[in-house]
Amino acid sequence: MIFFEDIVVGDSAIVGRHTFTTENIKGFAGRYDPQLFHLDEAAAEASHFGALCASGWQTAIVSMRFVVEHRRALAELARARGERVARAGPAVDMRDLKWLQPVYVGDTIEYRIEVADTRASDSHSGFGLMTIRTTGTNQKGEPVISFLITHLVERRGERG
Amino acid sequence: MAKLHWEDFNIGDVAVYGPRRVTREEIVAFAAEFDPQPAHLDEAAAVATLHGGLAGSGWHSCALMMRMMADGFLLESASMGAPGVEEVRWLEPLRPGTQVRLRMTVLDTRSSKSRPEMGLTRIRYDLIDDADVVITTLTSTMMLGRRDPEGRS
Repeated sequence: MIFFEDIVVGDSAIVGRHTFTTENIKGFAGRYDPQLFHLDEAAAEASHFGALCASGWQTAIVSMRFVVEHRRALAELARARGERVARAGPAVDMRDLKWLQPVYVGDTIEYRIEVADTRASDSHSGFGLMTIRTTGTNQKGEPVISFLITHLVERRGERG
Repeated sequence: MAKLHWEDFNIGDVAVYGPRRVTREEIVAFAAEFDPQPAHLDEAAAVATLHGGLAGSGWHSCALMMRMMADGFLLESASMGAPGVEEVRWLEPLRPGTQVRLRMTVLDTRSSKSRPEMGLTRIRYDLIDDADVVITTLTSTMMLGRRDPEGRS
């Protein structure tokens, strides 16, 4: 994680790709979103989706591991340069989550993050707030998901 | 046959679902699979974070809310899914051992001119603990099939 002062609005990165399979769609849905169009092929065909599709929550949640790994890689690079690494604070909110297209079996979603905004935090001294837009795009180039998450990031402060 | 249609949700309606106990094992397993940050995985590392101790991933709260929604009413409804989520606010950490309930409040309801077979229902969901403290709040509009497409608008 880089420090709040070093964040540049507009910076972006592709953080990973996830392929949705019958097994992982049903596995997620069975635990967290047991609506029939995420669990049963025949019911999904009869639904407005027309085929088995992933829970929208799965499409959002699988991006998180890529974000964590991306931050970890940046932190390792900073440590290798002998720099201090900023602490990422917890997320405070998510806004404007849009499920733009269903995600079907066999779809591969590429996740991209972009710094959308930064602002001061009134409640946490030593931290600022960073808003990240995550976008997921399928193999046909169609955006399937988009959302904004705001979380706390440590300030460099006087110690840097 | 679905029991609950768009017509069955009225502004101001409140319902509470659960309870469900969130175990440490569940918090750590979810984090290991989806959100492997020290604050969600390891007590010793979590102490140094702003949460000051092990806390569930914010995504875990969302997934739990989705499951409690499904078990609470969605699976018995004529749900046609949701186009998105307006807002999620993570207000308090999700601690191991917390017994959570899901409180839903209907904020708004309207018919669809372009799609008379369905209506839109805007709902706020609060994930609350035993003391009614709101841990996470989520606002979303869902699409629900209508019992009577010619009925009230």
